[in-house]
Amino acid sequence: MRSFLIDALLKGKATIAPPAAGTAALEEVARALGERARQRLGRSLSIREIDAGSCNGCELEINALNNPVYDIERFGLKFVASPRHADVLLVTGPVTWNMREALLRTYNAAPEPKWVVALGDCAANCGVFAGSPAVVGPLADVLPVDLHVPGCPPAPLEIVKGLLALIEARAPGP
Amino acid sequence: MSAAGPLAELVVGRHAGTDGYVRLDVDADVWTALAQGCAAGAHDLSALWADGGVDGGWMRMALGGEGLRAIVSLRTEAGAYPSVAAHHAPAMRLERAMRDLHGVRPVGLPDSRPWLDHGRWPGRQSDARYEFLTAEGEGLHQIAVGPVHAGIIEPGHFRFIANGETVVRLEERLGYVHKGVEGLLTGADIARGAGIVGRISGDSTVAYAWAYARAIESALGWTVPPRAVLLRGIMAELERLSHHINDVGAICNDASVLTINARCTLQREDMLAVADACFGHRLMMDRIVPGGVVADLSADGAGRIRGLLARIEETRAEVLRVYDSMPSLQDRTVTTGIVSADLVRQYAAGGFVGRAAGRAFDARKNFPYAPYDQLPLDLKTRTTSDVDGRLLVRMDEIVESLKIVGLMLDRLAPGDIRSDGPPPVAGEGAALVEAFRGDVFMSVRIAADGRLARVHARDASWFQWPLLEAAVEGNIVADFPLCNKSFNCSYSGHDL
Repeated sequence: MRSFLIDALLKGKATIAPPAAGTAALEEVARALGERARQRLGRSLSIREIDAGSCNGCELEINALNNPVYDIERFGLKFVASPRHADVLLVTGPVTWNMREALLRTYNAAPEPKWVVALGDCAANCGVFAGSPAVVGPLADVLPVDLHVPGCPPAPLEIVKGLLALIEARAPGP
Repeated sequence: MSAAGPLAELVVGRHAGTDGYVRLDVDADVWTALAQGCAAGAHDLSALWADGGVDGGWMRMALGGEGLRAIVSLRTEAGAYPSVAAHHAPAMRLERAMRDLHGVRPVGLPDSRPWLDHGRWPGRQSDARYEFLTAEGEGLHQIAVGPVHAGIIEPGHFRFIANGETVVRLEERLGYVHKGVEGLLTGADIARGAGIVGRISGDSTVAYAWAYARAIESALGWTVPPRAVLLRGIMAELERLSHHINDVGAICNDASVLTINARCTLQREDMLAVADACFGHRLMMDRIVPGGVVADLSADGAGRIRGLLARIEETRAEVLRVYDSMPSLQDRTVTTGIVSADLVRQYAAGGFVGRAAGRAFDARKNFPYAPYDQLPLDLKTRTTSDVDGRLLVRMDEIVESLKIVGLMLDRLAPGDIRSDGPPPVAGEGAALVEAFRGDVFMSVRIAADGRLARVHARDASWFQWPLLEAAVEGNIVADFPLCNKSFNCSYSGHDL
């Protein structure tokens, strides 16, 4: 165990410099804020991840956010175990008919105000699974979506940029 | 596993296809005799799927024995055929799934409950309650977990019946991420098929794409340039290494040793960054296609991978040393989640679940495919069949993978990475590829118009999920995450 600590001291910090929030993500979030008249959520967000039909590719990259390189908790972003503790629902996959009810129940269990992020191409447009009768459709057909993070799967850095937009964005206007 | 029994007699004197499978049609009596042969341990059930619809369709069964592989087909009668699970329990979920998806009727199937059909599909809605199995006794209580889990993992439901802290019975209910993969593949062209297959289980995208490519290539008689074969091998081993090191960390994390997990996730990130730099995608999705690969490896890239191999070995050795020095960690893993070797044999469980229970099976070794047929891969097995054993088998396999990636890099000669074969025609092909979890079976049938008539993919998890239920029995509820992580079965690969 000591070797890990010595190693960490000698090799220096693995964590990368924080990226700026994604421009497209900032615009989308600002638009959602304007349209839905929501408050800025502040600098600390609790995120509940929901796999609504993903191939597990997105989950691998979301998990990577917790590794020492991205270290997402330094931004005040924290994954929580229960929707009851969540500000943000981070949803992956084309929504399957078999997951639809669980997704809605999880959404309903999260307290207001809450935001929904559609992560990955499947959540945006069902990806390669578009047209399957086992799939309800994109996430926006089931829940109001505030932010899309595209990619198959999106790289962790892109996810960080998208999530930072949630923290940085301010409602337009006075 | 023995070559004796009805399968060996059946295939005597018959020629295998270029994919190594002997194909033959059987009648209901032989079908049932083969099912009984599986139960008796004469050969292994590798896959079971419906093909061609209810009217005039077939049930097909892939079987494996000592050095022989066969796909037997039985004509169904208006969808009806004698159940395999009636004799051989590992076929149970396969038959329940095929019934839900294709309308076939396994006559004599002991468990009549639906499996992938949750009564939610349009036109087939049902409010019928899913009846979980029961346990009787004083002081028993139920714990329902999922489908949405506490961590960032795929969805599935676990129903525990516990007596205080001790699990009396675990029953899984899966199918939540069923996306209709088989339906989407039917009628798709070969290129679109590759995109879908690469997303059946995103964590094994390289293995799935490779299995699909090999099945297509053998169906169409396409050849693959030697350089592409080696690049496929390198990508597949990088995928395996990334999961092995990651899951070792995840198991330790579930025993609250966060430092090991941090080190392992850091190493995984290093691997994915190298994969991205070398092949243009962190998970190496869509890199393997029928006919070859689409991303070449530069000399600079080969150097990067060599550097990576050295860093992985350093991490592996250090993590293992720390793991060995922590009795409090081993107290959680040793003798936790034991599966009996008999069950492992019966289910023909592949991957580290099988090898940790002494089942010396690895598709790279037992039914070797290029480039593994030319590589000195040592098959590592252990016999403790507990969380610790499964973790250590993966540690052993990291060493083997590092060794053969180095050899593959040595052998990489300049050349084409993709060959254009003749246009697709009607044909059949199958392949067995060793993913990090175990063997992935892929069967393709191509129609005369060159489109996919039927693709069936069987993840290793089909034969591992049921064993997790057995592994957890008698353990404390708090050790379930450790047991589960030591299996790390696929939901998406299973739910299709």
